Amino acid sequence: MGERTSLWAVLVLPALLVGVALVTAGFDAVLAAGARRGRPGSLRETVARAVEPGRQVLRHLVQQPRRTRASDLPLARIGAGLLPVAAVLAAVVLPLGFRSVSDLPEGIVWFNAMEALAWAAVWLAGWGPNSTLSLIGGYRFLAQGLAYELPHMLAITTAALGAESLRVGEVVGAQAGLWFAVWMPVAFGIYLLSAMAMAFWGPFDQPAGRDVAGGAGAELSGADRVLFLGGRWLLLVVAAAFSVPLFLGGGHGPLLPGWAWTVLKTAAVLAFLVGVRRAIPTVRMERYLELAWVVLTPLAIVQALVVAVVVLNR
Amino acid sequence: MDVAVFWVLAVLAVVGGVMVFRFDSMARATFSLLGSLLCVGGLVVLLGLDYLGIVIVLMMTIEMAIMAVFMVMYMMNPAGLMPMTMIHNKKGAAVVCGLVFALLAAGILLAPWPARRGKAPADPTMELGMSLMGPQMLTMMTLGMALFATIVATVVLATRRGRYDRFGDDLRARHADDPVRGGVGR
Repeated sequence: MGERTSLWAVLVLPALLVGVALVTAGFDAVLAAGARRGRPGSLRETVARAVEPGRQVLRHLVQQPRRTRASDLPLARIGAGLLPVAAVLAAVVLPLGFRSVSDLPEGIVWFNAMEALAWAAVWLAGWGPNSTLSLIGGYRFLAQGLAYELPHMLAITTAALGAESLRVGEVVGAQAGLWFAVWMPVAFGIYLLSAMAMAFWGPFDQPAGRDVAGGAGAELSGADRVLFLGGRWLLLVVAAAFSVPLFLGGGHGPLLPGWAWTVLKTAAVLAFLVGVRRAIPTVRMERYLELAWVVLTPLAIVQALVVAVVVLNR
Repeated sequence: MDVAVFWVLAVLAVVGGVMVFRFDSMARATFSLLGSLLCVGGLVVLLGLDYLGIVIVLMMTIEMAIMAVFMVMYMMNPAGLMPMTMIHNKKGAAVVCGLVFALLAAGILLAPWPARRGKAPADPTMELGMSLMGPQMLTMMTLGMALFATIVATVVLATRRGRYDRFGDDLRARHADDPVRGGVGR
């Protein structure tokens, strides 16, 4: 399991991720337009909505950038730029079918380490512009990080435990018979929650909330804004895609080739996450914090214990 | 290739470390320290200890992000926004640093380094886990419990409100009286 690909995959990976992120953003824009009007639009309107994120990107790129007073420009730039970089680096261990760009022996730890870079990135982007609202957004993201990270780590550790390996390829291989989502449902659920929190998405979009004018990215403009908001979409795509090798059997499935199953499952998870944002209102962080410590962390530990006992008795 | 990567990472780590004391902004100092530590993580990966290196990157990133918040929060000047310096007691610090550097350098040059015995293990992560969790399991458990007890004790000592504030003098209140309402039905 987990063969290495040739060098060109290094170049294809970011392009592929950006493509998937644009499609997802288009899908979200169509849903948003439909929700605003209460009815689905005509085909032409739908297509216009779907290409809207792409047009937004171009518009930001040609726009005159704004500067805030006494901003720490290097830090804001590093923050905005680091977000997509972290997402792409995390995706290095993502297998498409059974091949990833690099199937590191510690792939799961690598993924976790790279998503941790997003912590630094969002805080820097919030701090840099010397603006209250963006700073509040940055702080909120750290509070959110504290709430989701521990159950998240336990959830992905549980998957590694089930496969007795930190190598993503072997985690996929261990699910040839039975998907981990079936016998580790708690870990899977917690992973999906934290996947949304990681990309400050859905009920966890407080760091970029409307009450603080867009929060962490409030003052970013031009290319910085494209990098930051695009990086957020990339994080969402990568976090959703990583649930496929961890819990949904990766490329395993009947009839179709491995890569097709990966794409299908990823699309299903992404569609679910995009739908959840429409269905559930934003959660306030101090409330989620208590939920994370009092309910989710013990649940995740019990789930890990169950998996450990099963693995030891195998 | 490895030599080139080593020197790039080593120089960046040292430059990052120096810049911690040159920057006059709390945020820049913190993240320059983070940059330095990430380079150290890279160096550990270069030594073949992938797991340890990646864990350094993971832990240090989260730690420095949280530390930035706490440092900004607890600075004497408003929210750490005024220009500041990480250097205090310059002369004393210089003497201490000089002595420690001399000691470490002398140690590197004078210690009789043993020649390598045996070969590197095929799976260093496994070996690390075995050496920590195999014969040292009791030590690890004791250490973990001690650390955990310290955390709980510190929180208990630091918090002003106790259970009598939350649940009333006879501890009979059905709902805790908390200033911040929580997320599990209160």
